[in-house]
Amino acid sequence: MNILETPSDRLLEAVRSLLAAKGHLTTDEIAERIRITDGGSPAQGARMVARAWTDPDYKALMLRDGTMAAEAMAIPMRGLPPLGVLEDTEAVHNLVVCTLCSCYPRAVLGYPPFWFKSAAYRARAVRDPRGLLGEWGTVLPVGQKLRVVDSTADYRWMVLPRRPAGTEGWSAEQLAAIVREGDMIGVTIPTAG
Amino acid sequence: MMLAPGTRVRVKLDWPELRGPCHIRTPHYVRGEEGTIERHLGDFPNPEDLAFARPAPIRALYHVRFAPKPFWPEGAAPDELVVEIFEHWLEAA
Repeated sequence: MNILETPSDRLLEAVRSLLAAKGHLTTDEIAERIRITDGGSPAQGARMVARAWTDPDYKALMLRDGTMAAEAMAIPMRGLPPLGVLEDTEAVHNLVVCTLCSCYPRAVLGYPPFWFKSAAYRARAVRDPRGLLGEWGTVLPVGQKLRVVDSTADYRWMVLPRRPAGTEGWSAEQLAAIVREGDMIGVTIPTAG
Repeated sequence: MMLAPGTRVRVKLDWPELRGPCHIRTPHYVRGEEGTIERHLGDFPNPEDLAFARPAPIRALYHVRFAPKPFWPEGAAPDELVVEIFEHWLEAA
């Protein structure tokens, strides 16, 4: 049997069994890790964004230490790379890319969308970012600086977008419902809907 | 030695991939480019060693900001580009 030709599910099962048989991990620990990984989704990041929009102290924590801010929302971060949060302002719009591979803050945004991992997105985000945003229908206000953050090493980055006009008085739950995956990567901007 | 925010640096114009198998977290397109230290992000085991299961020394990791300049002949560069770069890839500019 050639390892390159073995079906991946059989390889995975073999590795899991070996890890357990050799005492490196228990099957419960593996199941727990799978449960935590599957719990990551854009809804988690959206909850953080909505709270930052309604709670200045939480926003300050989020910008200072994204990992602590995620844990404060009961999102498990143990053993994961540190989370950094990039704040959009009137002056700056942030766009996140990983030109080398597909580094992504999975605990708070889930699995990366297919296009985030594509060679086209990764190249164009640094080569022609405004053109790329235009294809998403995202047009930045005149004078707002476009800042591209290439996530190349040990941090994972998410964007804290600006709270859209027309959401005055909304609850955190209402606000979380309008925050999409792309808003926290920077390809789109949230709207009141 | 910790590099302070605002320090001018140059990313080494090095191509370890020409010398043999390697794992690099420094994108090609900023090698040889000058930038400014934005902040020290933390200290991490060198991924170039981790990738080969070698003992990995702890290296300082910085956010380095690059001015708006086209890295390619076509397209329109970002107004600002920020990249995570390890200390051993940086030299004084």
